Amino acid sequence: MKTLSFLLQKEFKQIFRNPTLLRLIIAVPIIQLMILPLAADYEIKNINLAVVDVDKSRYSEELIQKITASGYFVNIGTTTSFDEAFSWIEEDKADLILEIPENFERNLIRENKERLFMAINAINGVKANMGGAYLGQIIQSYNAEVRMEWIPDTKVPPMPTISISSLNWFNPSLNYDFFMVPGILVFLVTMVGTYMTALNIVKEKEVGTIEQINVTPIKKLHFTLAKLIPFLVIGIFVFTLGLFIVARLVYGIVPAGNIGMIYAYLFLYLISVLGVGLLLSNYSQTQQQAMSLAFFFVMIFLLMGGLFTSIDAMPLWAKWIAYLNPVSYFIDFMRLVVMKGSTFADVKHHFMVICGFAVFFNTWAVISYKKTS
Amino acid sequence: MAIVRIAPAVNGYFAAGILPAKEVAMSNYVIEAENLTKRFGDFTAVNEISFHVEKGEIFGFLGANGAGKTTAMRMLCGLSIPSSGKATIAGFDVYKQTESIKQNIGYMSQKFSLYEDLTVLENITFFGGIYGLSRKEIAVKADQLLHELGLFDHENTLVGSLPLGWKQKLAFSVAIFHEPSIVFLDEPTGGVDPVTRRQFWDLIYKASDAGITVFVTTHYMDEAEYCNRISMMVDGEIKALDTPENLKKQFNARSMDDVFFELARGAKRSGD
Repeated sequence: MKTLSFLLQKEFKQIFRNPTLLRLIIAVPIIQLMILPLAADYEIKNINLAVVDVDKSRYSEELIQKITASGYFVNIGTTTSFDEAFSWIEEDKADLILEIPENFERNLIRENKERLFMAINAINGVKANMGGAYLGQIIQSYNAEVRMEWIPDTKVPPMPTISISSLNWFNPSLNYDFFMVPGILVFLVTMVGTYMTALNIVKEKEVGTIEQINVTPIKKLHFTLAKLIPFLVIGIFVFTLGLFIVARLVYGIVPAGNIGMIYAYLFLYLISVLGVGLLLSNYSQTQQQAMSLAFFFVMIFLLMGGLFTSIDAMPLWAKWIAYLNPVSYFIDFMRLVVMKGSTFADVKHHFMVICGFAVFFNTWAVISYKKTS
Repeated sequence: MAIVRIAPAVNGYFAAGILPAKEVAMSNYVIEAENLTKRFGDFTAVNEISFHVEKGEIFGFLGANGAGKTTAMRMLCGLSIPSSGKATIAGFDVYKQTESIKQNIGYMSQKFSLYEDLTVLENITFFGGIYGLSRKEIAVKADQLLHELGLFDHENTLVGSLPLGWKQKLAFSVAIFHEPSIVFLDEPTGGVDPVTRRQFWDLIYKASDAGITVFVTTHYMDEAEYCNRISMMVDGEIKALDTPENLKKQFNARSMDDVFFELARGAKRSGD
């Protein structure tokens, strides 16, 4: 215990004597939480639309008006030539072409039906899909409006309409930030845990001080704990800064679940990822190696952790990677507890799994740290 | 021509075969190595070296670069497990009791190994602390040490900003701060000016007078003269072991430089 106090004193002094590190600890969570949720947004807006309006009628004008008024589309130009519009797609100015054929209005009124043509630039599949779907919906609703216009006097519409009303639970305003911010908090503490710990120990290897440590009677467990505890404290600090300052003040996110339980989980989670950091340092000799290794694993952890893409939608083999990934449990936990207000009974499984990870990684780390070769 | 002179008492020990346990325990040797070997794959870095070092002795461990000095020293410090052979350090076995060895030795490596981002006093406190000294003991001894080294005004200076000579003297003092029975010095005066080297050796003599055994590797032949006994390693083997005087006589040499050349000339492993 006494040895540990000397070790911790040394670690904290070294960390607090490193101004770059301190600035990073404060600035990184704030900046990332401000930028990432706004940038990593699935909602597709600003789709560039080119309109080929051959008809130039009142109806076609109205339709175009309605489309641009939706807010999803930017009308980059109206032309009468499909070829010209297509050249805009080729030049990457337009994402989507809507072609309104000649006699659109006349045929709609006379023959009661007419076709529109949509050409979509599908290089960005998500944007193409969503754009096509939005446009389809707007046209449908315009179609309905036209119908209602034609039958103002009849009491019963000729076609029954089903109206759907829905209620969005847990995130009533469908605010995407509410979904992303808890996940990004997890991302932040994962970075602190893996990179900082791994680099800290490998630096001692590079400088040569680890040799001096190995020739002393320090116990492996004490050395490991002394490297874990400072970054555990920093991880908790970064998380708190993110949750209570940025998430609350900037995004207005107030966790619906129990704060104490969130911190209990954070504690266990940090111990697991710190164990990963320790492990990486045991298997690398230089800071460059440690950085590359950490980058590789953090990349997989995050992309396979359900931060940006839904785990449910992954193929089975990929789901297994997600199940073996501590990040995916914490992201899920955060979304459940922060947004839905889940209680301990709901997340008992998450707790059990993270305890397993913590024990596994740290045992491995202590065993693989060799004082004697 | 292996001329490993073994001290008479040791000869007696082996001749007698078995001695009463009490006498063995009272043996004055703090380092005993017998056929100590370290192999890395096909390469034999240290080949069956045997020697004994007495308590309080200054034992010089010489050899060209790549002769196996550092590897041998790492085995004696419990940093590296030997491939074969026997050795005890302060009575502890190099295979099984590495952690007990570590409690009883001090070590100063080739690479400067104090923390450059900690102050002089913080380094002393840290290394004192991990060897189990209490904060009170450390405070008293640190005060004394800083006065001796003339570093009293610099206790709050970051070690990284000290001149190399001071760093080395400090590193040595930190290595013996917990009063170990042996201190291992791996080329402690590399890159240090002659005046500071002289001061450094004053520190070594002082430690030796206090009963600390000094095991030192060096490339400076003038420093070799300061040692009580010297061993010369060539290609992983000890080719000569005696006092500087006797070695010079034996090789008909005027200086230790000549002795070194005589022995190292036949080396197959080229230095780096």
